[in-house]
Amino acid sequence: MTAQRLSYTFDSTLETVDTAEQAASKIATEAGFDEDVVMQIGMAVREAAINAVLHGNAYDPGKKVTLDFERTGQDLVITIRDQGHGLDVSKIPDPLAPENLMKTSGRGIFLIRSFMDEVEINPSQTGTEVKLIKHVHGPTAGAKEASP
Amino acid sequence: MSMKISTRQVDGVTVVDCSGRITLGEGSVQLRESIDGLLAKGQKKILLNLGDVNYIDSSGIGELVRAFTTVRKQSGDLKLLNLTKKVHDLLQITKLYTVFDVKDDEAAAVKSFQ
Repeated sequence: MTAQRLSYTFDSTLETVDTAEQAASKIATEAGFDEDVVMQIGMAVREAAINAVLHGNAYDPGKKVTLDFERTGQDLVITIRDQGHGLDVSKIPDPLAPENLMKTSGRGIFLIRSFMDEVEINPSQTGTEVKLIKHVHGPTAGAKEASP
Repeated sequence: MSMKISTRQVDGVTVVDCSGRITLGEGSVQLRESIDGLLAKGQKKILLNLGDVNYIDSSGIGELVRAFTTVRKQSGDLKLLNLTKKVHDLLQITKLYTVFDVKDDEAAAVKSFQ
């Protein structure tokens, strides 16, 4: 897999959530991930896009969501940025705690962390940047196994 | 991409056949309206057939939880039928699999409401 970068800028709409997921699934497929992992990457990006559109930008038509993909030999790195007030990660309750289990929301970040190998959440006063990393395994990473 | 919902009656149980995606927006809203409509008609024994649901996001999971708690609060019962592997795995990692009553045989599931 050769190094490659792609960037998109989206409006803060529900359509963006679907578009971001579809873009991630396409790029993950092209990167050689299997069907299950493609679904996981697509869902992680979908959940990050939901957070950016709903909670970060709060559907503000003046605010954008940016989505960057970078493919290297080792990783697929996906970065989602919004222009909100910055996500306070410390205030996100544990969705697996018994008192939260039957809540109807609050599982997005948990799913993202479940599906990706590395997750960085960098909030600031001008928005939140979420970096998702999936390690590439197998022949598409360019690694060759030694012959016996 | 959208979800389709249809309902049928089997021995006093309302089977809700869902297909497609239960996701933020239309899919979640459709499910909510369907469940609310059934409760309004007094149909409180609900079997949610998810056999053709191939994708569900956090919003969809939340909608399943909402449906379950709403029906229970009205002294009804809601059970899940025919989970696909993807939905099954999602309910497992979110620890909701044991919360829901999950069935894989429709006839037995209908009987279990009696």
